[in-house]
Amino acid sequence: MQQIVNFLFKNSITLLFLLLLGISLSFTIQSHSYHRSRTITSANAVSGYVYQQINNVEMYFNLDVENQKLAAENAQLKNMLFNKKDTVLTAVPANLGGYKVIQGKVISNSFSLQENYLTINAGELDGVKEDMGVVSSLGVIGYIEQTSAHYATVISVLNKKFRLGAKIKKNNHFGTLTWNGKSTGFAQLIDVPRLATVVKGDTIVTGSESTIFPENIAIGTIEKVYIDKKTNYYTLDVRLFNDMTSLGYIYIIENKNRDEIQQLQQATVPANE
Amino acid sequence: MNSTVIINILRFILLLAIQVAVLNRLDLFGFLNPYPYILFILLYPVNGNKALLLVSAFFMGLLVDMFLNTGGPHAAASVTLAFLRPAFFKFSFGVSYEYQTIKINDRLSPERFSFILISVVTHHLILFLLEVFRFNLILTALLHTLYTTLFTLVICIITIYLVKPAKQ
Repeated sequence: MQQIVNFLFKNSITLLFLLLLGISLSFTIQSHSYHRSRTITSANAVSGYVYQQINNVEMYFNLDVENQKLAAENAQLKNMLFNKKDTVLTAVPANLGGYKVIQGKVISNSFSLQENYLTINAGELDGVKEDMGVVSSLGVIGYIEQTSAHYATVISVLNKKFRLGAKIKKNNHFGTLTWNGKSTGFAQLIDVPRLATVVKGDTIVTGSESTIFPENIAIGTIEKVYIDKKTNYYTLDVRLFNDMTSLGYIYIIENKNRDEIQQLQQATVPANE
Repeated sequence: MNSTVIINILRFILLLAIQVAVLNRLDLFGFLNPYPYILFILLYPVNGNKALLLVSAFFMGLLVDMFLNTGGPHAAASVTLAFLRPAFFKFSFGVSYEYQTIKINDRLSPERFSFILISVVTHHLILFLLEVFRFNLILTALLHTLYTTLFTLVICIITIYLVKPAKQ
C-alpha cells in the first residue's frame, strides 16, 4: 500500500498529463465521429456571446456588401410578387409546402479546415432545431448540427461530413453533394449515373428526396466532369454560388413534415441489420 | 498573489483573446493561421508548479478548440507541450538549467531560438495530425505543420520582442 502511494506521488505529474491527454484525445475522436455527441462546440453561451460581440464590430465593415445582397434579393422577391397571377384563384394554398423560414446571421465562419462549421445567432428560442437547412439568398450553405438557447452551429458545405441529395436541374438526374477538402469555391457531386447528359455550366439544385431542404434550391454550376474509375459514375466539380468565405445574413428552413416523412420511411423499410 | 501569478493570468487571458478575435480569422493564403497562444506555455516560470501548468495548458487548448469547433486537438497538443517542456529546456539550455535563471523573453540567443522552434514544431505536429485524423492526408498535415510553424515562430519572436524589448 505504502508503495502504491509512493508510486502515485512520485509520478503524479505524468499521471496528470496522461489523464488530461486522455480527455483531450477523447474529445478529438468524438469530434471526428459522425454521431452528434460533441461536448465542446462554439454554440454555448460563452463563445456565442464573444463571437456575437466580435461580429457586431465586424459587421460595419461589410455593410456595403450586405446591403447590396439584400437589395438584390428584394428585387428578386418583388419580381416574384409582381409576376404572380391572381392569388385568389391559385389551387394550391401557400403553406402546402410545409416549410417555415427563420432569419439569422453568421457570427463565426471557418473554411480553412477539413471539417468546417459556422456559428449563427439563432437558437432554440427562435425555433431552430437539429437538421434544419441553412441557405443564403444565393444558395445552400449547410444544415444545423448543434443548438443552444440563442446560438447554433452549422455543418458547412465545406465539411467532409456534409452529404446532400442534389440533382441536375435540367434533366433531374440525382447525385450526392460532398466536399473533397481542397478548394473553398468548389464542392463535388458524386454518383451521377453515366446515363445523364452533363454539360459544363448546368445548374445543380437540391433534390426532392432531401427531407432537410425544399426542392430546387440553387447550389452551383458544373465546372468539370470526371469519371470515377472504381464505380463508373460521374463525379462533377460544382462551382458554388455562395462565396463560403464571406457569409452574412442567412435563412434557416424548417420542414414541418420532416418527422412525419421519416417515421413513414422507417415504418416502411424493415430493419435489415 | 504575487506579481508573477497576476502576470501569468493576464497573459493567459490576453493571448486567448488575441487568438480568438484576430489570429483565428487571418486565413493567410486561405488556410494559414498562426497559434502564438502557446507563448503562455513557453513563458510560464521555469520553476513554477508543473501540475498547474499542465492544467492551465489543457484549458487554454480546450478554450481555443471550443472557439474553433475542432473538438480536442489543441488541448492535446498543448498538454503534450506543457509536459515535454522540461525536456526541451534540458535539450536547449543544457542539463543544469534549473540552477541558471533562464529567461525566454530576453534577447534572442541560439538556445532560446532552438527552444522556441522545437516547442512550436512539436505542438503543431500533434495539432495537425489530430486535426486531419486520416492517414491518407498525412502529407497535407505535414505541409500545414511546416507552413504554420514558420508563421507561428515569426509571430512568437516578434511578440516577445515587442512586449519586452531587449536592453542595450
